[in-house]
Amino acid sequence: MCLLLWALTPHFLTIANALNVMEQTAINAIVAVGMTYVIIAGGIDLSVGSLVAFSGVTLAAALKAGWPAAGAVAVALAVGALSGFVNGAVISFGRLPPFIMTLGMMSVARGAALLFTDGRPISGFGAGFRSIATGRVLGVPAPIVLTLVIYGVAHFGLSRTRFGRYVYGIGGNEEATRLSGVAVRFHKTMVYVVSGVASAVAAVLLTARLNTAQPIAGIMYELDAIAATVIGGTSLSGGEGTLAGTLIGALTMAVLRNGLNLLGVSSFLQQLVIGGVIIVAVLVDLMIKEKRA
Amino acid sequence: MTLQGGGAVLEMRAISKAFPGVVALDGVDFHLRAGEVHVLLGENGAGKSTLMKILSGAYARDAGEIVIDGQPVIISSPRDAQVLGIATMYQELSLVPQLTVAENILLGHEPSRAGVIHRAKLRESARRALQDVGLDVDPDRRVDRLGIAEQQMVEVAKALFRRARVLVMDEPTSALTAREIQRLFDVIRRVTASGVAVVYISHRMRELAEIGTRVTVLRDGRAVGTFPLGDISFDALIRLMANREVRDHFPRRRRAPGNELLRLEHLSAVSGVHDVSLTVRQGEIVGLAGLLGAGRTELARVVFGADPSSGGRVLMHGREITPKTPRDAIAAGIGLLPEDRKRQGLVLALSVCENIGLPSLARWSRLGIVSDRREWAAAERWVTDLRIKTPSVAERVVRLSGGTQQKVVLARWLAADARLLVMDEPTRGVDVGAKVEIYELMNRLTDAGAGILMISSELPEVLGMSDRIYVMRHGRIQAELDATAATEERVLQAALGLAS
Repeated sequence: MCLLLWALTPHFLTIANALNVMEQTAINAIVAVGMTYVIIAGGIDLSVGSLVAFSGVTLAAALKAGWPAAGAVAVALAVGALSGFVNGAVISFGRLPPFIMTLGMMSVARGAALLFTDGRPISGFGAGFRSIATGRVLGVPAPIVLTLVIYGVAHFGLSRTRFGRYVYGIGGNEEATRLSGVAVRFHKTMVYVVSGVASAVAAVLLTARLNTAQPIAGIMYELDAIAATVIGGTSLSGGEGTLAGTLIGALTMAVLRNGLNLLGVSSFLQQLVIGGVIIVAVLVDLMIKEKRA
Repeated sequence: MTLQGGGAVLEMRAISKAFPGVVALDGVDFHLRAGEVHVLLGENGAGKSTLMKILSGAYARDAGEIVIDGQPVIISSPRDAQVLGIATMYQELSLVPQLTVAENILLGHEPSRAGVIHRAKLRESARRALQDVGLDVDPDRRVDRLGIAEQQMVEVAKALFRRARVLVMDEPTSALTAREIQRLFDVIRRVTASGVAVVYISHRMRELAEIGTRVTVLRDGRAVGTFPLGDISFDALIRLMANREVRDHFPRRRRAPGNELLRLEHLSAVSGVHDVSLTVRQGEIVGLAGLLGAGRTELARVVFGADPSSGGRVLMHGREITPKTPRDAIAAGIGLLPEDRKRQGLVLALSVCENIGLPSLARWSRLGIVSDRREWAAAERWVTDLRIKTPSVAERVVRLSGGTQQKVVLARWLAADARLLVMDEPTRGVDVGAKVEIYELMNRLTDAGAGILMISSELPEVLGMSDRIYVMRHGRIQAELDATAATEERVLQAALGLAS
C-alpha cells in the first residue's frame, strides 16, 4: 500500500511526511494500547474518548491553577485510573456487561467534562509542558518516542508478567482461569484501569499539542482504537492479540488517511475507504486464522 | 438383538483422507445395513470421527466413493447429507438452547404461510415426532430447561422428523445415567425396528455388547475388521484396537492407606450438598458414585472453593481450611479436574505450557515478571513425566486429543504441588489406551502419598479403581462401601435409595 501511495504522490515517502504520519497516529495508538488490553481480556471500552476529554480538562485546570507540569499530569493519570477503576469494578463485581457499563461511562465522563469546564475549552499553557508534544529526543519528535516507550512497556506487561498472562487467560476462558486460583475479578478491574490510564496519557499528549483542552475532545476515539486493535489481529471475543499488531493497525489507518489526504481525496470518501479497509482487514485475518485451525 | 436388516443401505468404499502431515483414513470400507446398530470402535486418532465427518458432509473425501441404495452419491456439505437422510448427533448437541423443543425439531422446516409460522401446526408436528421416540415432554418447553438425556432424545426426534435413514451417534451415553441409557437404547431399538440404521461410536464396552449388532474396528486410519458382536470377545476387540494386550482394564494397585488427608465434616451448600461427611487418606482412591444429579460435582466444587458452602468444615491434614475461593483450596494442596475439561479446565487458546503454569505463576515470578525459563522447565518436566503427546509445550491445547488434554490438567496440579486431587469423570471421552495410562498415573500418585477423590458414573471404573466408595443421592452420602467387597448391584441400590 505504501508503494502504491508513493507512486501516486512523491511527497508521501519523505521523512517529513513519515514523521508527520507517526505523530498523527500517536494519540490513537496510545489509546489503542488500553483498548488492546481490554479486548484481549474479553471486554470492550467505549468510554475512552470521553475519558480523554475528562482527564484532559482536569489536567488543564491543574496547570492553570499553577500546578507544576508533573503534578498536573499526575492528576490527569489519576482521573483516568479512577474512571477506569469504576468501569472495571462495576463490570467485574456488579457483573454489568462491559458494553453497557462503558457506554454509560462514556456519557457520564463527557457530562463531567462539560460540567467541569462549563462547556468551554481551557487554553494557554507553558512551553515546558508543551514540549511533551513539541520537543525532540535525540532528534526524534517526542510524541513518537513516547508512543514507542509506552508500547514497549505495555508489550512487556502483556507478554512477560503474571498480569499479562492472566489477561489472556481471562479472555480465553474466564471460568478455567478462575478455577486455577486466579483472582479474576481483581485483574479484570485492573485491565480497565490500564485503559483509563492510557486514555489519560493520550489526553496529556493531545493537550500539549493543541495547547488546549476541550470538553468535546476525543469524540469517536473509541472507534479508531477498536479499529486499530482489530486490524492488528486481536480477536473481539478475547484471548488472542498482540500489541505489535495494534501498532501496525494504528499505523495502517494513519498511513491510509495520510495518503488519501495527499491525493486530495475528499474526507467523505476517505471515511468510506477507511471503513472498507477495516472490514477487509478483519475478513482476511479471520480467513488466515481459520486456515490455521 | 435387532432385526438383521435387508441389504446394505450405505456403503463407503476405499475412503481416504489426509491432512497436512497425517493420513487420517487409508482406504476404509464401511458397510451399513438397514435396521442394524453398527458400532464403530477405535482409539482416538483411529479415524472414526473423520470417517463420520466425511459421511455427514463436514469434510470432503480425498478418494473413494459413497454409495447409497446402490447409487453413488456426492456429499459436499452438511445439507447434502441431510437431504440424503444422514443425521449426525455429536457429543456437542446441535440444538439451540433458547428455542423450544418444537422450534428445534422443526428448525428450517417450520410450517408457515408467507413467512409467518403456524404455531399450532408446529406444535402438532413436534408432538408426533416426540411420540416416535417415546419422549413425553411439552413441545413448548425451552430446550435449555431439559436434562441432557431429554435433549438427546429431542435430537433423535429432530433427525427422525427429517426422515433420517442413517443415524450417527457419537458417544451418546457419556453424560447419561444407567436408567437414561436404557431409555436411549429403547429409542434406538424402536428406530432400528423401522429400518433406520444406526452408527454407534462409543468406548463403553458393556453397552456395545448390549445394543450393537456388528462392530467395525478402526486402527490408525484403516479398517481392521468387521464382526457380529456376539462372535468376538472384548479382549480380542481391544487387541485389534490397540495392538496390545490389555487384559486387566483396571490396574489398581491398592496399598495400606496413610494419614488422613481430607476430611469433610457436615458440609452443606446451597448448590445441592447436604450434611456430607467423608474422609480421604494418603494413598487412597476414594470413589464417589451416584446417579446424575446426586450432587457429586456440586460437592467437588464446594471442596475446591469454586462454590460457597453454607455450613460444615473442610479440613486438610487435620487443619480447617474451608475454602472460600479456589485460591484457598489450591494453597491447601487441592486440585480439581473438572467434568467439562474444555469449558472449565483449560484455556483452549493458550499453550500446554501456559495452561500448566496458570495456578503456579506466583511461584515462578519475581516482581510480577514471569520467569519463562522456569515455567518452560516445569512444563517440559511434566510433559515427559506424564507422557503427554504433544509436538511441543508451546502447542495450543485445543489441538490435542481428549486424553492428552486431561493429562495437561493433571500436570497443572502436580506442578502446583497438589496433594489431594478431585477428579470429576477423569476418563470421560478418553480412548482406551489413554484411559489405561490415566489409571497408571493415578496409581503412581497414590504410591507417592497423594489422595484422590474420584467421581465416576462408570460403575466398573468405580469398583475397579477405588479403595473405598461413597454413594451419593440427593446431595447426601447414602452409603460407604469397601471397594473389594462391593458389587455393582449394591452401589446401584444405594444410588437409587433402595439399599437395605
